[in-house]
Formats: sequence, C-alpha cells, structure tokens
Amino acid sequence: MERIRNILKKCLAFILGKSKSILVTIKPSLIAICMGLIAGIIMMLIFNPSETLSGLRNLLIGVIYRNNQLNLRGILTTLHHSTTIILTGIAVVFAFRTGLFNIGASGQMMMGAYVTVHVGVLWSLPAPFHWIVGIFLGVVAGTIYGLIPGILKAMRNVNEVVTSIMLNWIAASLLVYLVNRNVLNPFTQGGSQNIQPTAIIPRLFSNYQLTIGFLIAIAMGILAHFLLYRTTLGFQLRASGFNVDGSKYAGMNTKRNIILSMGISGAFAGLAGALLFSNYGKTLSTEVHVFMEGFEGISVALLGLGEPIGAIIAGIFLSYIKQGGFYMQPAFRPEISDMIIGVIIYFTAISLALQLALKKYSGKIKTFIKRKHLTTREEDEQ
Amino acid sequence: MIVFYQVMQATFVVAIPLMIVALGGLFSERSGVTNIALEGIMIFGAFFGIWAVQVLEVNQGLSVQMLYVIAVVVAGITGTLYSMLHGYASIYMKSNQIISATALNLFAIAFVTFIARTTQGGSQIQYSSRFIINRFPVLHRIPVIGDIFFRQMYISLIFGIIFLITTIVVMYKTRLGLRIRACGENPHAADSLGINIYRLRFLAVSLSGLLAGIGGVTFMTNTSTEYAPTVAGFGFLAIAVLIFGNWKPHFIALAAIFFAFMRVLGSYYSNIPFLRELGIPRDFFRMTPYIATIIVLAIFSKSSRAPKALGQIYDQGRR
Repeated sequence: MERIRNILKKCLAFILGKSKSILVTIKPSLIAICMGLIAGIIMMLIFNPSETLSGLRNLLIGVIYRNNQLNLRGILTTLHHSTTIILTGIAVVFAFRTGLFNIGASGQMMMGAYVTVHVGVLWSLPAPFHWIVGIFLGVVAGTIYGLIPGILKAMRNVNEVVTSIMLNWIAASLLVYLVNRNVLNPFTQGGSQNIQPTAIIPRLFSNYQLTIGFLIAIAMGILAHFLLYRTTLGFQLRASGFNVDGSKYAGMNTKRNIILSMGISGAFAGLAGALLFSNYGKTLSTEVHVFMEGFEGISVALLGLGEPIGAIIAGIFLSYIKQGGFYMQPAFRPEISDMIIGVIIYFTAISLALQLALKKYSGKIKTFIKRKHLTTREEDEQ
Repeated sequence: MIVFYQVMQATFVVAIPLMIVALGGLFSERSGVTNIALEGIMIFGAFFGIWAVQVLEVNQGLSVQMLYVIAVVVAGITGTLYSMLHGYASIYMKSNQIISATALNLFAIAFVTFIARTTQGGSQIQYSSRFIINRFPVLHRIPVIGDIFFRQMYISLIFGIIFLITTIVVMYKTRLGLRIRACGENPHAADSLGINIYRLRFLAVSLSGLLAGIGGVTFMTNTSTEYAPTVAGFGFLAIAVLIFGNWKPHFIALAAIFFAFMRVLGSYYSNIPFLRELGIPRDFFRMTPYIATIIVLAIFSKSSRAPKALGQIYDQGRR
C-alpha cells in the first residue's frame, strides 16, 4: 500500500513538473491569446455593448455547446477548416527551423490547388486513384514552386522573403490564366468547373464536411516532427537554422539544405492547396487574389512556437476562434475573429520583450513590497 | 493615337499611388527596417480617408480640391499611427520585422471589413466626388504632353510630383536623410556618432506609414468610385518597385511608371491591335513586374544597393 502511494506521488510530481515546464514554454502564446481576446472584447464593447456577454460566450464555447446541446457540427467543421492552416503552418514551421521564412506558402498552395483541380476536372481515372493522383501531383507542384526561392537563396543569395512575395503574385496571375485556359466553367465564366466525383476526397462521416484530409494533416505534423528531430537530415536542417557558418564549417552542405528545406516546405503548402480543392463543390475563382491561408500559416507557426506538433494545436485553435466568430452572428460580424487573430500574432511577435518587461515590473513590485514589509517590521521592533 | 493617350493617362493614374507607397517603403528600408506592412497600412489609411470624404461631401461648401486635401491628411495621419505599431514592435520590442508586418496586414483587412460592414451595411463605402481637374490652365495647350498630363488630370499627379521632389531633397540634401541612410548601412557606427538609432528608425517607419496611407487613398480615388477593403496587392507591388528602383527615389519613379505601364497594358490589351496579334495572354502583363523583380534580384544581387543592415534588429548591446 505504502509503495503504491509512493509511486502515485512520484507520478503526480512528474506530471506537475512536466506541466509546469510546458506552461513556461507556452506562456508567450497564452499572453498573446489573452491580449487578442481583450482586444476582441473592447471591439465588442464599442460596437454593441449590450450583446458583448452573449457574443463572447458564442465566440468561446459556441463551437462546442450551442442551443443547449452539444454542437457536433461545429466541432467537425472546425476540424475540417483547420486542415488547410495546419498544413500551411507546418510548411512555415519547417522552413523556419532552417532559418528561412516561407511567406510564399500561399503561392505554393495555389499551384498545388490548380494542379489538383486540373487533374480532377480533365483526367478520368477510377475512384481511389483519381483523388490520390490529383493530390500527389498537387504536392509535386507545390514542391517545385517552393524550390524556386530555395534555389535563388542558395545560389544567388537572394532574400527568400522578397522572392516568395513576388512568387505569390505571379502565382495569382498564373492561376487565373490557367483556369481561364483549361478548366473554365462555360456556364458561370467566373470560376473553374467542379471536379469529377471520383476526384473528391472521401469524408470521414457522410453527413459532415470533415474528410480524411484532416487525418493526413495530423500525420504530416507528426512526420515533420519526426523528420526534424529524429533524422540526420533534420539535424542538418536545424543546424543550418541555428548557424549557417557553423554548419558549413562542420562539413554540411548548407546550399543543399536550404533548397531541400524550401522544397519540403513547399510540399506541405502544396498538400494544403490540394486537399482544400479536392473537397466537394470547391472551385477556383478567376479573380486575381492571393490565398490568405498561406499568411494564416504564419500565424499558426508562430502560435505553435515553431514546432510541427504545436502547429497542429495552434491550427485547430485558430480555426476554433474563426468558427466561434461565425457563431457570433448576427450581433457581430465574423471578421471580429480575424481581428483577434491579427492581435494575437502581433503580441506573439513582441511577447518575448513583453515577458521581459513583465518580469522587470514584477521584480520591482516584489522588491517594493519587501521593502515596505521590512520597514513595517522595523517600526514594530522599535 | 487616342488609344496611346488613354494608355499613357491610365499609366500615370496607376503609377502615382504606386510611386508614393514605394517612396514610403524607401524611408523605412533605407533606415534598415523592412516594411511589408505597406499593403495593410494602405488599406487602413485609405479606409479613413475615404470615410472622411463620404462624411464631408454631403456638405456642398467644400470644393473638390479641398476635399481631396482633407482625405490625404486623414489617410496620412491614420497611416502614420498604424505604422507606429510596426515600428514599436520591430524597433523597440525587437520582434521579427516580417512577423509584426504580417500581423498588421491581417489585422487591417479584418478591422476595415468589420467596421465597414458594421457601420455601412456592406464592405464598400460609396462616395461620389471625382478628384479630377478637367483642364489645367495654360499647360493643357501643349501638344502631346498637354494631352497626356493636363486634360482630365487627377489631382494626385500634383501630389505625386511634390512627394517625389520632397523625398529626393530630404534623402540627399538634409541631415535627416543622411542619418537615415547611415542608419540603414551601419547602425552601430551611426550610434557611435551620437544618433539615436531607435528614435530615427521609428521616425522613418512613421514616415513610411504617412506615405503609404496617402498612397492608399490615392489608389482608391484614382481607380474606383467606392472603397473596398483591398488594394489589389499594390503594397507588395510597391515593394517590387522599391527593389527594381534599387532603393533610389528617381529610379523608383521610373520603375513605378514601367510597372504601371505593364499593368495598364494588361487591361487595354484588347484595344491595341499590335498586342492582340502577338497572342500574349493578358495575365502575363500582370506578372511581368514581379518576374522582372526576381530576375533583377537574381542577376544583379552583387551590385544591388540594398541597405546593408536591412532587416536586422538593432541591439545597442551587441557588437
């Protein structure tokens, strides 16, 4: 009996210690989330003060619990929408670990999306192969598009942020051109045709939108984690991320690493586009615009602390906030959740400095209290 | 010939906002802070500028010129305030410059759409004023040039020229300009000579916000008669202009005209028989500026005049 109690005690201590260290790691994200929610509450108070409380409730728990019952549709829709941003988040994370900033996930995603739609509309294959081939070729397209900034960075030392931004807008125009030329819907003239039924990715439950794409996204997060932390390649990539000169001195081929990292990152982004556009009823528009999901991937990566597993959690969380914004209608416009996300990223960016400031002030307050305490004690002694 | 005049006029209509925003980017980047938040600042500034127009144009007493000046001032002030968020995060709080700028871009679209939809019912803001001078006195009689510049002239053209000259003077003829340039090349050396790097960079980023906000409202008034929460990637195109112009104001003006010309060719494409026969799809004209920028970067990366300390976080304690 005594022994079991001891073991239990040890387990509890272990879990507590572990959770404390986790809390310390995710503290910046938590601070940022709080700031985002405060900003959201302020906006709500300004524009519709009487509905603020119910709005906040809908934002926070509307996805899970609504109209006095469990909101299964809300939960599954949240997971469905999180698929894309989890993958773009992983794409950003992967490049980030190699010291590269892949702001071009949007462009890579668009290329993946186009190739998948192209295959889905124009090719005819039997059912399971059709969507598999479509998605696979989408991934290849994303990879190729991601390799361009990687090669330019490795060979010509061109800043990958600038090339990626340019490539995003090239992709936007290229997409419109390709859709107009190859897969334009002759009736609406404003978008691509629907993909064939055989090219649609299977759903997990027939009544809900959630597809097996979500499971693929989770698997990709785990794969990216494995690749980064359990393989030689991952070690090399992370080493270049820490210190390019150091890893070069240690005999690593840093140029190859940069190209590879951008290629893999592009593959994840391409997969995001491919999975998104192999859903039922998804069509490409012929309006020139850059997909926002790539930029949301940056948010996911940041909030996920630059870890693939973190990106999964952060992706689901951001998708949750977005879906919550949807349930805030009609009292508030759903854009409020986008605003909250913007504020969250801003505060994640400055959270390190913010934490230092907090520490400084808390230190000051502590010394102030201590001094006061001491003086009162001295007075007592006298 | 009429098509030629149309194309040239349209080119300047597009080129002016592009140039103003790129000049804004110039201030920020020459001081060493990348500013990819230009797009968000444009959206933000333009929103408040157009809102002011919509509110004030009910009042018949204001002339079109006056109204335009008010819109520019409002957009400039809001743009400055908004860009200060980027400056604060990336300079004083030492955050990653790309990240805080991305946050600003995301927030601007959401914020503007939210406010427009809540207060206006839709995400568009309608206004009826047209900021055009039909015939500029005297100068419209000059052949060719008069036809291109001084008939149906947008007021923004005057502003654009003023901003270009001011930027050149400030950058190359004043102490502030010298300090900003020094700050982007070698901040530690500049610091050792008694310049407050943090304050100077903050000022430069604020100036870029001022110009980006004005550029945003110019873009709206030049290209449409209603406000929509998008500037069609002009903020990013302005960054391309800045790079293509090799971080120098006069080259930026030329690059803006070239990029605008390409964009206009894309839309006037079907009216020009010569281009129609070539069979180049119109989307490729839209792509050209971006592709040209990448090529220039790839080929001339050695001789590029990019500020040396661009994108680096300045920390006084580090050598």
